[in-house]
Amino acid sequence: MHGEHIKHDFEPKIVAFVCTWCTYAGADLAGTSRMQYPPNVRVLKFPCTGRIDPVFILRAFQKGADGVLVSGCHPGDCHYMAGNFHARRRFAAFRALLDFVGVDLNRLQFSWVSAAEGGKWVDVVTELTERVRAMGPMPEFKELEHEEQWSTFAEATVDKSGAINTPELKEAYDSIG
Amino acid sequence: MSRIGVFVCHCGENISRTVDVEQVAKAAGEIPGVAFSCDYKYMCSDPGQTLLKKAVAEHKLDGVLVAACSPRMHEKTFRKAAEAAGLNPYLCEMANIREHCSWVHEDRDMATAKAKDIVKLMVERVRKGKSLAPITVPVTKRALVIGGGIAGIQAALDIADAGHKVVLVEREPSIGGHMAQLSETFPTLDCSQCIMTPKMVDVANHPNITLFTYSEIEKVDGYIGNFQVTVKHKARSVDESKCTGCGICMTKCPKKKIPNEFDQGHGMRPAIYVPFPQAVPNTPVIDRENCTMFQSGKCGVCAKVCGPGAVDYEQQDTFTVEDVGAIVVATGFKLYTIDRKPEGSPIQGYGEFGYGTIPDIIDGMTFERLASASGPTGGKILRPSDGKEPKQVVFIQCVGSRAREKGISYCSKVCCMYTAKHTMLYHHKVHDGQAYVFFMDARTPGKGYDEFWRRAVEEEEAVYIRGMVSRMYQRGDKIVVMGSDIQVGVQVEIEADLVVLATAVQPQDGADLLAQKLGISYDKYNFYSEAHAKLKPVECATAGIYLAGACQGPKDIPDTVSQASAAAAKVMTLFAKDKLERDPVVAKVNEKYCVGCFACKKVCAYGAIEEKEIRDRQGNLVKKVAYVNPGVCGGCGTCQATCPSKSIELDGYTDEQIMAMIEAL
Repeated sequence: MHGEHIKHDFEPKIVAFVCTWCTYAGADLAGTSRMQYPPNVRVLKFPCTGRIDPVFILRAFQKGADGVLVSGCHPGDCHYMAGNFHARRRFAAFRALLDFVGVDLNRLQFSWVSAAEGGKWVDVVTELTERVRAMGPMPEFKELEHEEQWSTFAEATVDKSGAINTPELKEAYDSIG
Repeated sequence: MSRIGVFVCHCGENISRTVDVEQVAKAAGEIPGVAFSCDYKYMCSDPGQTLLKKAVAEHKLDGVLVAACSPRMHEKTFRKAAEAAGLNPYLCEMANIREHCSWVHEDRDMATAKAKDIVKLMVERVRKGKSLAPITVPVTKRALVIGGGIAGIQAALDIADAGHKVVLVEREPSIGGHMAQLSETFPTLDCSQCIMTPKMVDVANHPNITLFTYSEIEKVDGYIGNFQVTVKHKARSVDESKCTGCGICMTKCPKKKIPNEFDQGHGMRPAIYVPFPQAVPNTPVIDRENCTMFQSGKCGVCAKVCGPGAVDYEQQDTFTVEDVGAIVVATGFKLYTIDRKPEGSPIQGYGEFGYGTIPDIIDGMTFERLASASGPTGGKILRPSDGKEPKQVVFIQCVGSRAREKGISYCSKVCCMYTAKHTMLYHHKVHDGQAYVFFMDARTPGKGYDEFWRRAVEEEEAVYIRGMVSRMYQRGDKIVVMGSDIQVGVQVEIEADLVVLATAVQPQDGADLLAQKLGISYDKYNFYSEAHAKLKPVECATAGIYLAGACQGPKDIPDTVSQASAAAAKVMTLFAKDKLERDPVVAKVNEKYCVGCFACKKVCAYGAIEEKEIRDRQGNLVKKVAYVNPGVCGGCGTCQATCPSKSIELDGYTDEQIMAMIEAL
């Protein structure tokens, strides 16, 4: 694997949402085994794939991700017994929705990588990176964010009750009142 | 969080070889809110940790990020250091720039860029982090053991000997389980009852053990350290406190021809009975289905002859609630029933083997009873059909086990050894008899096991035939066994007087239902799943519940006893503390926004979500909201992703934290 790194014109940004027990540990194993894979992936750790809200995936696309990977324990191996089953259901519906709005589903990958599958992690990440590289950047969502001028969370304020208020919400409330 | 410290580790050269750590530290220092950043050769070393502590004090840091190895490696180390420096440990995070970066990439520029990104993301996580306090829950130092076989007995005795109270619950009228049924045990051939019954008596006499026989688990509530278990005490029809165990009721009972379950149906018992003479407790129970008094209302002999007046036909099932802190599940196994396909089971029977239609085809446990001195034949090997001594006995291994096409792919582990033992017992009792064994492989790992098997072959003259049996049928008073010898490559036909099938070990009936009550997981065969196949072999994924014996997978007696003692040790470890501390990564509900749809309750695998009523000052119900029991919550966060009003939140992985990280992409 000590080949020369090839410079590409386009380096896609891949965001991986992974569970801490299986896939995060699998990625650690790839590291301790000194396997090599493209450095395009940024890993966000969750306790369980069940914790992953589809909104996170949308937001990742808006914030410049060209591809998103969601990965957790194999069905039946969930550390929390059934979290990955809930995730699987949720994402089955979410994929259909994304397809409906016209997102190429090749940019979104779901997989199961166990703590023992360092090699599979490398394969999954490499494959997704190369596939998305071939597809080119995904500007649609980023533009959407630009157009709508949605506030970022940094601009949002949190009131006493813990509710999040954005300027847009405030404007909306004011227009009603 | 406005004063964050970032510490970038070189890890010797492990990180610095491919990542420009100085640049990473410099870039981190430029992130708004980062008050201090530096790089150091070994952050985990003593000087490294001192550096961190000093920096926290000097720069008044209120959050710490260590960019180094995987948090799975050193998160604890650095959280401890942060705590020592006066920070809340949960405000210390790690950015994984070794396993996830320097070790897997070679291009220095790209690896450095990635490391910077990882640090940037994690700084946001620290910024939005909250101080968390470990959750403490009290521990009830009383254990429940389910199952009174050798596993349950061993676990109960170990825990009780350590000075803790134990409740032992057994479904049958007596403890003892399968081991009490065995004749002699491999590889030492010592008498099973001789080593078993003293332990049973120890259980009955132990001041710390409360024994409930003829009882079942009805309901399990609570969580580690605080379980409330409802136990159903089935009506014995005999008052345990009055009965002296004299046994006159059994001798006088007019209905005596009921097949005895303990002898696999080959002996007879009366309607009021103890399963076997050494039963603990020695209190009989009335088998209501076979009792004339219960069926027709006319008899009552046992009540008339009972001196102390212990027989009580009116007795009802009773229930008690036991408060316990830990549960050991030791429900054991049953043997595969081969004559037919069990209803609703994917496992297929062996119609071609004639079990159930040809009386002289028996299973291994029946052979144990035939060979047992306390068995229906008094220890003589006599075949069930005509009571003659069999001169040719065929043993067939792997009946049901390792048979994917029949629905069971696992090895039952004990059959190779017990069949070898059976051939020896047979040879010792019938000197002119010949034993044949059809086998796939002889699997004999274990201390003294292979020597034992070789003894059966070499000294006890058992003929081992490698191959399978295809069919058996009755010819006269013989059973024709048709099989193959694959080593010689010929068809074999043996006229046997008796055939013994080493049937597969399966979990007890109702194992799945019990697991559902306990909230523990089980595999497709209904064997209970341990938390980790190698490193947590006795713990369940559900905290506070431990496994012992064959309910977790086929096991022989030494393995069962080891696991039972291990489970007991785990219980004692739990009971060594007055309060339990656990990771505070649990969900919390914002009651203001919760609409009480309880979608969270449906997805919670732990049953941690309860319905809480909110009332006004007059006591009128305002609404129902979800409440998360922090002692039960596992911390997966599935509820949060499911909540439509976003009013439930997992500490440590809040939406705010995750969104902030995504914003920083």
